[in-house]
Amino acid sequence: MAIELKIPSVGESITEVEVGTWLKNTGDTVAKDEAIVEIESDKATVEVFAPEAGVVGEILKKTGEVCTVGEVIGYMEASEGAPAAAAPVTPPAETETSSTPAPDAPVAMPAAERAMAEAGINANDVTGTGKEGRILKEDVANAKASPASPSASSNASSGSFRQEESVRMTPIRRKIAQHLMSAQQNAALLTTFNEVDMSAVMNIRSQYKEDYIKKYGVKLGFMSFFVRACIDALKEFPAVNAEIRDENILYKNYQDIGIAVSGKKGLVVPVLRNAERMSFAQIESTISDLGKRAQSNDLTVDELTGGSFTITNGGTFGSMLSTPIINPPQSGILGMHNIVQRPVVVDGEIVIRPIMYVALTYDHRIIDGREAVSFLVRVKDCIENPTRMMLEI
Amino acid sequence: METKQHDLVIIGAGPGGYISAIRAAQLGLNVACIEMEKALGGTCLRVGCIPSKALLESSEHFHEAQNEFKNHGIGIEGLSLNLKKMMKRKDTVVRQLTTGIAGLFKKNGITHYMGKGRIDGPGKVILEGKDEATLECKNILIATGSVFAPLPGVELDGDRIGTSTEALAYPEVPEHLVVIGAGVIGLELGSVWKRLGAKVTVLEYMPNILPGMDAELVKHATKIFKKQGLNFKLGVKVTGATKDGDTCTVTMEGEESITCDRVLLAVGRRPNTEGLGLDSVGIETERPGIIPINDHFQTSVPGIYAIGDVVRGPMLAHKAEEEGVACVEGIVKGHGHINYDAIPGVVYTHPEIATVGKNEEQLKEAGIEYKAGTFPFMANGRAKAIGDTDGFVKILVDKTTDRILGAHIIGPQAGDLIAELAVGIEFKASSEDIARSSHAHPSLAEVVKEAAWAAYESPMSI
Repeated sequence: MAIELKIPSVGESITEVEVGTWLKNTGDTVAKDEAIVEIESDKATVEVFAPEAGVVGEILKKTGEVCTVGEVIGYMEASEGAPAAAAPVTPPAETETSSTPAPDAPVAMPAAERAMAEAGINANDVTGTGKEGRILKEDVANAKASPASPSASSNASSGSFRQEESVRMTPIRRKIAQHLMSAQQNAALLTTFNEVDMSAVMNIRSQYKEDYIKKYGVKLGFMSFFVRACIDALKEFPAVNAEIRDENILYKNYQDIGIAVSGKKGLVVPVLRNAERMSFAQIESTISDLGKRAQSNDLTVDELTGGSFTITNGGTFGSMLSTPIINPPQSGILGMHNIVQRPVVVDGEIVIRPIMYVALTYDHRIIDGREAVSFLVRVKDCIENPTRMMLEI
Repeated sequence: METKQHDLVIIGAGPGGYISAIRAAQLGLNVACIEMEKALGGTCLRVGCIPSKALLESSEHFHEAQNEFKNHGIGIEGLSLNLKKMMKRKDTVVRQLTTGIAGLFKKNGITHYMGKGRIDGPGKVILEGKDEATLECKNILIATGSVFAPLPGVELDGDRIGTSTEALAYPEVPEHLVVIGAGVIGLELGSVWKRLGAKVTVLEYMPNILPGMDAELVKHATKIFKKQGLNFKLGVKVTGATKDGDTCTVTMEGEESITCDRVLLAVGRRPNTEGLGLDSVGIETERPGIIPINDHFQTSVPGIYAIGDVVRGPMLAHKAEEEGVACVEGIVKGHGHINYDAIPGVVYTHPEIATVGKNEEQLKEAGIEYKAGTFPFMANGRAKAIGDTDGFVKILVDKTTDRILGAHIIGPQAGDLIAELAVGIEFKASSEDIARSSHAHPSLAEVVKEAAWAAYESPMSI
């Protein structure tokens, strides 16, 4: 009995997705709940799982094809008993000899097939000049003489030092590209910098790290301090937390802080919703959890939507200073960088302090220079003197 | 005089004309076809391809009954020939086919006018004859075919000294038939009467029969025909043929004249454009009457097209058909397909001869490096079983690419076997493609496969 493999729902507003990698092909055995195919949406990749153990049947939609939620993209046959009995499923068993070529493989004349098999050339690497584009024996001879595609397994000496490979952008990559371009083109982006002495936070961390982990089960990191500092500054300078909607400025009384993390398929920004209502520990553990799930591509679309302000940390990769780009429709983004022991002057003396440069990129359309600078100074003050956050001064 | 409107008026209902008409009707055009003969089908159906094949079949049976049956253990006593009945059978076949065309015309809604069509300006054809009318149309397609070519000195009388038309209907078997011209028509009709008991002498101007065909093929054919009893005088120039009562005399340069009772003039055919009204539209023909056309079968006048025997190329019914379809599709859809390299030619003698593509002489002249793969029917199981082993299949391929450039067959069913190779050329096949396609065993087609192997590598069964 054929089971339909359908595109699952991948998020509230998403109706169209792209078929990703087929992890299993026609004829492969699958166990129950084993992933058969990946589905890519603008925000995330999800997998379609086998509802029963069985064998994958006909595949209707290939990698790269756009489908709608609910569309049937393939079939599988449930099998009784162990999937170990891998009897190859029968898609229409016509006069099938060798492996059926991929649907788009060009037709080849018999002699051409023999020639390609002998030379180990793929039909897709040969230009067919026969009737209706059929591959002729002589086309294969020509392809052997001058391999057209650079990705061909050429043992020819020349040509291997200047090859190029064209790889199609994944849907997520395309969406990111679009997003960033629109940010650049629509907002008036400027970046202001400051430096932060991390010694206070580092002292707190070394002093309380054992107790913290004992009580909350998660390590006490830097990010939670910065999130708290930003919340504080955002409350003081609400324009940085605002958004332009048509001709209006939308001020929010909540702070949804997005934390930019590097996921498997690129940068993703899971959001701490109502971060202003979260405790230190909550912030810390949520960040930890989101980060882990970003690595394994397990974030839900809802977790990736929204945000009123974003924090990004290039320091984890060694960045000293950078100009982050905002995440539209947000109006500001804080860039954290690596902590370097630097000689600074304190009370007329040269001392060594752990210094982090911070950057605030802001949309100058609604945030003016003074606000931006003051925002960053506030963040700096809160980090350098965490007691201020407690006392709210 | 009535005026009728049509999208397309086709002058001539031979293979070129009637196929064009049907295709045009299929594509939704309002088509009219003018034919001056009562029966449709042109020269081919009425006095050409079809009747000759009917007589060739009948005469071959007679010949086999007389000479081959005993080899199969079949004894025949009192074998007789009823020529009248043989002719009647031929007439029936012709009538069945010509009425068939009339049926197709009705079925496809093609308007059929009987009479002569004369062009009277772009988009205007005058119908002359019993019914008269003025036909106005968007496009005119000339498919008037060809007529026999005369020879100075040969005085045709429509009876003793005639053309193929007469030779298809002699009232009795000639004692001695002289055929002027050793081309396809001369050889076919000469064969018919030879089998039925006539003495046949074939005179040819060129030093070989079937001028223009592959030399190796021609050499083999000549040997076989001579063995069959056809007398050849090659390289002779006929200066005249006259009649005196029931006796005919054929004179040649430098040769003694021949007396006989029937003369068949078969030195070729030329385009039929008489009374077509070409000057009314300023179309000038090229010797010997060919209407010049471009790749889309357009004449020098927009809206007037020409196909078939009346334009350049081999005078073959199926060539006219291909051109007709390509022309009509070009008019309606903007593009039509024809591949002149893939049009086969057949001589329906026994053994049959068939060719497609280039021959060795043409390839040599063009400087193309080629390889030949040949296989004899003698080594084929089916041929042996049917007792018909004379002949061979020869396939010519490009030396570098193995692409099939030409194929030449002499032997049983050559006319049918050539189809595979014509398709092969159409698909730009290599000999290896044919060799690697399965051919039933035992069949004559295996000879084609073996010849392909011979061209590609080396034959298997020799």
